[in-house]
Parts: sequence; structure tokens; C-alpha cells
Amino acid sequence: MAKTQQTLTKAGKSLAPRQPVTGTALSVRKKRSFIADIYSTAIGKKYAMAISGIALMGFVLFHMIGNLKMYLGAAELDHYAEFLKELLYPLAPKGAVLWILRGGLLAMLALHLHAAWSLTILNHQARPVKYQSPRDYEVANFASRTMRYSGMIVLSFLIWHLLDLTFGVVNTVGTDNTFVKGEVYANVVRSLDRWPVAVFYILANLLLGIHLRHGAWSIFQSLGWNNPRFNSWRWSFATVFALVVVIGNISFPIAVLAGIVKL
Amino acid sequence: MKHLTNLKLKVWRQDGPDTVGKFETHVVESVSDEASFLEMLDQLNEKLIGENKDAIVFDHDCREGICGTCSLMINGRAHGPQRATTTCQLHMRTFSSGDEIVIEPWRAAAFPIIKDLMVDRASFDRIIESGGFITSPTGGAPDANLIPVPKPVSDAAMDSAACIGCGACVAACPNGAANLFTGAKIAHLSVLPQGQAERFKRAEAMVNSMDDQFGSCTNHGECSAACPKEISLDVIALMNSDFRKSKSKNRKQLSRG
Repeated sequence: MAKTQQTLTKAGKSLAPRQPVTGTALSVRKKRSFIADIYSTAIGKKYAMAISGIALMGFVLFHMIGNLKMYLGAAELDHYAEFLKELLYPLAPKGAVLWILRGGLLAMLALHLHAAWSLTILNHQARPVKYQSPRDYEVANFASRTMRYSGMIVLSFLIWHLLDLTFGVVNTVGTDNTFVKGEVYANVVRSLDRWPVAVFYILANLLLGIHLRHGAWSIFQSLGWNNPRFNSWRWSFATVFALVVVIGNISFPIAVLAGIVKL
Repeated sequence: MKHLTNLKLKVWRQDGPDTVGKFETHVVESVSDEASFLEMLDQLNEKLIGENKDAIVFDHDCREGICGTCSLMINGRAHGPQRATTTCQLHMRTFSSGDEIVIEPWRAAAFPIIKDLMVDRASFDRIIESGGFITSPTGGAPDANLIPVPKPVSDAAMDSAACIGCGACVAACPNGAANLFTGAKIAHLSVLPQGQAERFKRAEAMVNSMDDQFGSCTNHGECSAACPKEISLDVIALMNSDFRKSKSKNRKQLSRG
């Protein structure tokens, strides 16, 4: 190919050099099964983002609601934690349903991450040479432009949170240096009583709220749920959902620091 | 008529697709505030030609905001600071004397630079070629109003058909995605009765063609904000839902709605 001609490469595909467009419109696509076929497209990956997002939103909402039990005292919260292990018992063995839910959530998280990762790569390939002057964004907001970063920080918070209150690995420097499995209420208080931990929880949850507000709205667009009669409800839903989750979640470290929730 | 004086232009100059470009600074000493942005560039080019220098290459054609040929990233915004306005319809009264104006070409892998500010938008033609049409017999014109089209439907089709294919959506998109353009072209046909026969085949083919060349949508809304025809983000949702249906719809039952 002559040096002056430009070859476009994106996602490993070579597009035709500049020439009349007839006959160049469609690349040959591999035959795939239904799910793989949909997921191979960018729009399909957005469906995956949306569906896994809905699952994860369901999780954060019910996680927050369950934790509100801490305001009713240690016995209530610990009993609720015990109930989760006995979901659908005796229809299913103890712990079975919980592990199915955990497995589903992990799969959804993995899907969310993989879709985000591959779409990010696609987007970088779509503009290999950036604008050389500063952009003046009109409507893209902080939330939409920082989804990758807020997501990464929330993910690292999630890992830390599991190490802190599920595995009890990093929860050994509290007031009495102990993590006791099953004592959910006491563990939460011991962990959040350390102010740097409480601040980390609050910051991570604010970022989660920012992530949720853009994400909860995007779900409707990505899945093509658009109706002029209900479109204004989409932003309201996203805002209210994000606010409910964030206010609920950050109330816990604040309540512990303020001594409302104590051992 | 007032004049603007002492405008500092930082213009992207690049000899060809594979060469390295750079900003070049030019001063426009005086220009009428009634001049369009392109007329201001014409004036600068006449001066450059008089000095035996290469004129700045930029795309333009109708200069009345309907052909979609002009482009330009002006001060970080596609088609400049005025909403719902193409570069050719942007007037110098939008700026003030002494302003620094930075002019860049559209930037996307699918829009290679031909020279200076001119880019090749054949990628859009490929998307159209893959499905942006209806199949109908040629011959005598059919009687008017033979196919009833409800008024809201024809309005919606017209709103999408207003797309002039300038590429501002891709240029403005932080991801270099063409979802607004493709969505508009799909919506234009797929809301009308005449577009139903090929509706799902079209959505599938056009989305595949778009996928091969452009980035993906992250719902910023920059495309719609930059669009000189104010195409709504609704067309992207419509495309997403038509594409989903195209994958699952039993093609033998297309006529069952």
C-alpha cells in the first residue's frame, strides 16, 4: 500500500484504505451462538453492563436496607445475618441460597468489569490521536466522565470491605483488637470506630452514589427503555436511588463515630 | 456593521493522513462581525495565497447549514460555541476582538485527516450503505397518502431525518462513537410504515457496520448537545431496542408487528 494511504485499524480489524465505499460496508462476521453474538457487539456489551448493573444495584439497595437493622441493636442485626444463611431453609440446605446469590453477584461483577474493560479499549482505539487542545464539554458531567475511576475506587473499597467485615483480616486494630465471626454488630462498631476507616467508608460511598446516578440512568438508554411519557422519570429514579443508597450507607459510620451505634 | 480586530487563530496544519501535524498561529487583523466563521477563514486564506503560502484546507459546501460538509472543532466544541448551529452558520459576532480561537479537525480513527482541517467521513457512507435505505420499486410515483402515516410518526421520522451527517456527534463524543448518527438514520426509517419490511435487518447491519469503525456509547449526551440539528438521544435508545429485537425476532413473523 502506498505510504500516503491511510489504513484504519480498530479492534484488530483492517478497514479498507480510502477508496469508493461500495462493497466495503460490512465486514464478515463469525457465526456465533445467540449470547456470544450479542456480546460481541458494543451495544451487546452495554446490555451486559446494564443487566449486571441492575443486579448490583439490587445488591447495594438490600445490603443497605439490611444494615439499617443496626439501629435496632446488636441482637437484631446478628439475627438478620444468621437469617441470610438460612434463606429458604429447610427447602434448601443452610447457606445454599446465600452461596447461589453470592455466586450470581460475583458473576455479575465479573461481567460488569469485563464489559467495561473491553468497551474502554474499544473507545481508546476509536480515537487514537486525542484532541490537541482542551475540550469544552457541554453536558458531559463529572459522574459520566469518571465512571471508570469511581468504579475502580468502589471496587477497591469492596475488596477492603470484604477483608474488613467478612474475613476480618484488616479489622484487628480496633478498640479491642478483635474480629469475632458472627458478631456482626460488634465487628461493625469496632471497625468504624477508627476514624480513618469511617472517612474511607464515607468517601467510597459518595463515589458509589456518583457512579450509581449515571449508571441508573444509563440502564434505560442502554436497554432502549425510552418513552416520552416516562423519560423525565428516568433521571428522578437515578437520583433518588443514588441518594437513598448513599444516605443509608454513610449514616452507619457517622452513627458509630457519633456514638449513636455503640457496643 | 462592526469589525473584530486582532483575532489570534491557532489552526491545525497537517500535510496528509500519515504526517505529523501541528498548530500554526495566524493573526486576523480585522474581520466584519457579519462574516461567517468560514468567510473569516476565506479572508485569511486569501492573505496566505497572496503571500505565496499554502491555504488552510477545510470542508465546506452549501454554507447554509443543510449539507453537513463543514466541520471544525472550535475552542474545544464541535461546530463552535453556538448551539444547533453548523460552522458555516456561526458568525463572527459570537466572538470578541482579541480572542484566541483554536481550530482542530474532527478526531476519530474512522475519520482520517486528509489535509489540515479536512477529514474523510466515508465511514458514515459505509453505515448508510449497509442498511440506510428502503427497497421499493421504481417507476411511476405512487398516489399521495396511499399509506396512512400518523402525524406524530411523520414528525418523529422528520426529526431524525434532519441529520445532515456532518460527524459532529462523533467528534464531540469522548469515545468517538457514532451512535447518534446511526441511531438517527435507523430511527428515520424504522418509525415509518415504509421502513418496516427491512427494520430488523437494517438495525443489525447498520449497528454491525458502526461497530467495526467507531467507539461505544457511554451516555454522556455530548453528541446531542453538539448536533447542529439537535437530534435527540432518544434515537440511540430506539436503535438499542431495535438491535436487541433484531437478534431475537422470528423473521417469519415480521408482519405480526
